[in-house]
Amino acid sequence: MSLLEVENLSLAIGATPILKGVELTIAPGEVVGLVGESGSGKSMTALTIMRLLPHLARADGRVAFDGIDILGATEDQMCALRGDDIGMVFQEPMTALNPVKTIGEQVAEGIRWHTKAGRAEAEARARKILDRVGLPEAKFPLSRYPHELSGGQRQRVVIAIACALKPKLLIADEPTTALDVVLQAQILDLLRDLVRENRMGLLLISHDLAVVTEMADRLTILRRGEVTEAGDTARTLSEQQHPYTRELALASMHVPARPKPHLAGSAKPLLEVENIGRDYPGRRLSLFRPAQPIRAVDDVSLTIEPAQSVALVGRSGCGKSTLARMILALDKPTAGTIRFRGEAITGKPEQALKPARRDMQVVFQDPYGSFDPRQKVEKLVAEPLHLLEKQPTQAERREMVAHALDEVGLGPRDMDKYPHEFSGGQRQRLSIARAIITRPKLVVADEPVSALDVSIRAQILDLFAELNQKLGIAYLFITHDLTVARAMADEVLVMHEGKIVERGRAADVLDHPRSEAAQALVAAAPDLHRAIARKMQEQG
Amino acid sequence: MTAYLLKRLIIAALTLVLASMVVFAVMEILPGDPARLMLGLNASAEQVELLRDQMGLNAPLAVRYLHWAAGLLSLDFGRSYTYSVPVIDLVRERIVVSLPLALIALALSTVIAIPVGVFSASRQGRAGDTLAMGAAQLGVAVPNFWFALMLIYLFAVWLHLVPAGGFPGWSAGIWTALKSLLLPAVALALPQAAILGRVARSALIEVLNEDYIRTARAKGLPYRAVLWRHALRNAMIPVLTILGLQFAFLLAGTIIIENVFYLPGLGRLIFQAITQRDLIVVESIVMLLVAAVILINLVVDFSYAIVDPRLRAIPGKVRSGFPSGIAPKQILRAVQRFRETRNRSRGRQ
Repeated sequence: MSLLEVENLSLAIGATPILKGVELTIAPGEVVGLVGESGSGKSMTALTIMRLLPHLARADGRVAFDGIDILGATEDQMCALRGDDIGMVFQEPMTALNPVKTIGEQVAEGIRWHTKAGRAEAEARARKILDRVGLPEAKFPLSRYPHELSGGQRQRVVIAIACALKPKLLIADEPTTALDVVLQAQILDLLRDLVRENRMGLLLISHDLAVVTEMADRLTILRRGEVTEAGDTARTLSEQQHPYTRELALASMHVPARPKPHLAGSAKPLLEVENIGRDYPGRRLSLFRPAQPIRAVDDVSLTIEPAQSVALVGRSGCGKSTLARMILALDKPTAGTIRFRGEAITGKPEQALKPARRDMQVVFQDPYGSFDPRQKVEKLVAEPLHLLEKQPTQAERREMVAHALDEVGLGPRDMDKYPHEFSGGQRQRLSIARAIITRPKLVVADEPVSALDVSIRAQILDLFAELNQKLGIAYLFITHDLTVARAMADEVLVMHEGKIVERGRAADVLDHPRSEAAQALVAAAPDLHRAIARKMQEQG
Repeated sequence: MTAYLLKRLIIAALTLVLASMVVFAVMEILPGDPARLMLGLNASAEQVELLRDQMGLNAPLAVRYLHWAAGLLSLDFGRSYTYSVPVIDLVRERIVVSLPLALIALALSTVIAIPVGVFSASRQGRAGDTLAMGAAQLGVAVPNFWFALMLIYLFAVWLHLVPAGGFPGWSAGIWTALKSLLLPAVALALPQAAILGRVARSALIEVLNEDYIRTARAKGLPYRAVLWRHALRNAMIPVLTILGLQFAFLLAGTIIIENVFYLPGLGRLIFQAITQRDLIVVESIVMLLVAAVILINLVVDFSYAIVDPRLRAIPGKVRSGFPSGIAPKQILRAVQRFRETRNRSRGRQ
C-alpha cells in the first residue's frame, strides 16, 4: 500500500491555476524525485501535502497520507501530522532556523510538542538525533545558536528537526541547492541513510536532474503544473519518451559551441596575479596577544590571456570570491601585485583605476539582488558608462544601451521597463548587458548560472560563449559547479583553503584530478551520465 | 557581550558630554543677562557687574562650562533666579510626579500596543486587523491634549471616578496619588500606543514571512504557538527601538499634559521657567531630560543584546550597534514609518 497518494490534485491561488491534475504516489522506504523548473509547481505540491499553503490557495482532488484525507483534515489533525509523521526540509538553510533560539531548543521543541515529553527527555532525544545527523556534542552542544554554524551544519539541524520523530514521510524541497557540491554529497548521503534506517518515504524535490537521478527510485517530471512524465528513474531517463524529458536532460548536459578554440600562449597576458594574499583580522582570544589573522587568500598567482576562459572552482569559503574582489579592485590585497594589461592596479588611487574598471566588468550570481528595483533598465545597463573618458550624450547613451541589449538577445523596447518585469534568465541577460556595455576585455562572473533553471542556464552559457567568440572577451568564472567549468573553461584552477592547489586544461583537471581537493570536488559533483548508468545497473 | 556593552556605555557617555556642551552653548547664545534679571530694571551698572562677578559670569567660557558640568555631576545645578532656591530642590519635588507619570505611560503604551500588534498581524487584512489599525490611525492623528480633555469629561466630570486635575502628593497615600496620575498617563500613552502598535504589527508581519516561521510550522506547532514563541521575540528589535525613541516624546509630551491636568511636574516647571526667563532652571531640566533619554537608549541597546544572541557572540561584526542580518533594515523601515505617521499626525494638528 502506498504511504502517500496524490490523485488529480489541482491548485489555484486566487484565479491563477498552479497545479493541474497532479498524480504522485510514494511507498514506505521509497525515494521519489519531483523534477521541474522554477514555477512548475514543485514546492506548491510539497506545501499542499503539508497543508502549509498561502492564503487564498484552493486545492481540489485527493491527497491521502497513511489513510488520512489531507485536504479534508482539520488544522488540529494537520498539526499532529506535521513534524511527527511528515517532516519537511527546506532549500535555504541560512534562514530556515530561528536566529534567537538555540539549536537544542529548536530540535527539542517539536519532540516536546508531539510526545508531551519533559524538557530533559526531549533534550536527550534532540541530542541523539543531532549526533545522528553528524553534529557531535563535543563541537555542537545544544546551546549553540544558528549563527554559529555554517550552511551545511544548519541544514543538518533542519534535517534533525524534520527527522527527530522518525517520520514516515520526509519532504525535502531543494535541500542541497544552496550548498557546495561536497556538502551536497554529504547531505544526500545522510538523507539516503535515514531513508534506509527508518523505511521512510522521501519526496526529493529538485531542479537538478543529476541529483534526483542519483537518489530517486522513481521520477515525476512537472512542467507548468502538469505531470509530463513519471516512472522508474532509469527507464524514464534512458528512454526519454516525452520530449520535455529529453529537453531537460540535454539542457543539463549542455556544452556551448565555441568554434574558435583559445590557443594558449598566443598573446601577452591580459591579467597577471602575482603572489597575492589577503588577511582578515581574526578574533582576539586574549587581551595580551595580538589576534591571529585569518588568511582568506594565500600566495595565489594566475594569468589570464585575452579571450581566454578560466574557471576558478572550489568549495564555498575557499577564498574564490575574495580573490575575485581583489582582481576587480573592490578589495585591497595584503600582499602581492595584480597587473591588468601590464599595468599594476594594486595600490592605485580610485581615479587612476578608471581605465582598468572600464575594461573589467562583473556579473553576479543573483539576478534578483543585483538591480535597484526602482530604476529603469536604461539607467541600470548604462551604469558603467560613467567610466568612459568622454561622457556620451543622452541619445548616444540610449543607442549604446540598445546595442548592448541587442547583443544579449533583448529588444530596444526593454529599455524602459523595470527589473521586476523580467524573468530570472532575462535579468541575468540584463546583468550581462551591463557588463559588456563598456566593451570590456575581461568579465568576472561569480556563479553566473547557479540560480537559473537548466534550460535558461544553457541559454546563458551559450550567450557567454557567443560573446567570447564575437567580442573576444576573456572570462574568469567563479563557481562550485563543475559542469559550468567543463562547459565553458579553457583552463581550470582549483582553489582550496586560500591556495590554488591544481591548475591545467579543463578536461585534464576534471577527468584526472591529481590534488586531494580536486578529487573530492569531482567525486562529489553530480553527473547525469554517471548517475543514469548507475541507475540502469540497479534497476536492470 | 562585554565588549558590546562597554562600547555602548562609552558611546552613551560621549553623547552626554556632547549634549551638555550644546545645551550650555545654546544658553550662552540666548539673550538676557541673569544678573540684570535678578536685580531688576533699576539696578545700576556697577551693581550688575558686582553680581556678575559673584555669580562667576565673567570667567572665561571654558571655565564656566567646566564649573557648570562639575556641578551637574555632583547634582549641584545652581540656584533658580526667580525662586532663589537650589534648582535641585525644585527638580526633586517635581520629578516624583513626572517620572512615575512617564513610566506608567510607557508601560501602558507597551501593554496596549503589543497585544494589538499581535492581534492585527495574525489577522492581517481581515476585519479585526482593519478595525484595530483604523483605531490606531485615529490614535496617531488625534492630539493627546484632546484625549486628555475627553478623558477628564468622561471619568472625572461625568463618572466622578478620578480627580479632574491636580496632584495631592505621595504623602496623601499611594493609591490617591496614583489615581490622579491615571488619566494623564492614559492620555499620554494612547497616541504612543497607536504608533507602537503599528510598528509591532508591521515588524511581526515581516517576521511571519521569514523562512524559520515555516520551519516552525512544519514541526507541527499551531499558528498561535509559532506567533508567540518564534515570531514575537524576533519582532522585538524594531519595537524596542521605537520604544526608546518614544520615551523622549513621552517626556516632552508631559509639558502639555501636565498643564492640562494641572500637575506639578517637570513639564510645568520648565514651562514656567521659560516664561520667567529662569535660564538656569531651563538648562538644568533640559540636561536632565537629555540624560534620561540617553539612559533609556542605553537600556534599549542592552536589551537588544538580551533579545538577539548574534549581538552577544560576535562583537567584531557589529557595526552600528544593531544586530547583523535582518535587523538594521527592519529598524530603518520601522523608524521611517514611525516618522511618517508622526508627521502626518502633526500635519493634521
